[in-house]
Amino acid sequence: MTNLTYLFAAYTVIWVALFLYIFSLSRRSKRLEKMLAALKEGRKKKKSS
Amino acid sequence: MRLAKSREVIGYLSLVFMLAAIYMVFIYAPPDKNLGDIQRIFYFHVSSAWIAFLAFFLVFVASILYLKSRSRRWDILAHSSAEIGVILTTLVLITGPIWARPIWYTWWTWDIRLTTTLVLWLIYVAYLMLRSYSEGSRGARFAAVFAILGFLDVPIVFMSIRWWRTQHPGPVIGGGEEAGLASPMLYTLFVSLAAFTLLFIYLLLLRTKLETIEDEIDHLKRGGH
Repeated sequence: MTNLTYLFAAYTVIWVALFLYIFSLSRRSKRLEKMLAALKEGRKKKKSS
Repeated sequence: MRLAKSREVIGYLSLVFMLAAIYMVFIYAPPDKNLGDIQRIFYFHVSSAWIAFLAFFLVFVASILYLKSRSRRWDILAHSSAEIGVILTTLVLITGPIWARPIWYTWWTWDIRLTTTLVLWLIYVAYLMLRSYSEGSRGARFAAVFAILGFLDVPIVFMSIRWWRTQHPGPVIGGGEEAGLASPMLYTLFVSLAAFTLLFIYLLLLRTKLETIEDEIDHLKRGGH
């Protein structure tokens, strides 16, 4: 392997890892926000009935 | 709402700084006289390491404040910062050997800098495991004490290249007359550091938000208002 291949490998690892982490955080955030909204909606309905 | 806006602004700012850092790393900064292009790994490797230290310092401070106040706010901050610190240290432990292979002709050596960094990673992975297996305020208190003791390794990692003769390259800043970087390399390092600092703040805001929502969901499930 040439030095440039190592350089490319290092930066690819950094970018892929950071992208996957941000992606997983955003996905979890969306899922939790949905769950929270559903819970709040359920409580509202319960109160009004 | 204001927090969401600031998070968005910091997210975009970190993206701009990252793009500037990439330009400087690959185009603006000259190749190293002795090591050639492989030295360009250094900019993101060092930035990841320094911001990981910052993340663990925040875990340390937030853990002390949690033990003093028992406020969940500090516990959330410590937990979130530890997770990001572990991710950054993982990047350091991956990019280091990638740099070492063509320079030292080996992926890994039990050099004091490398070994103490691996120990640091293991300490905070253990902290995260402790957090996932223990619940409630007792678990949080135990984790806070563990984090405070674990932080002792950070100054050892930082000073290892100053205290001992190591195979790892010496400090680039404050390392004496032999050390130092050419101006374009130094500016590139500073821009990379700024990019990683902004990214860290962005990730921290995102991660603490998750834990706050989880708390709110727990509260509602338990019948709170």
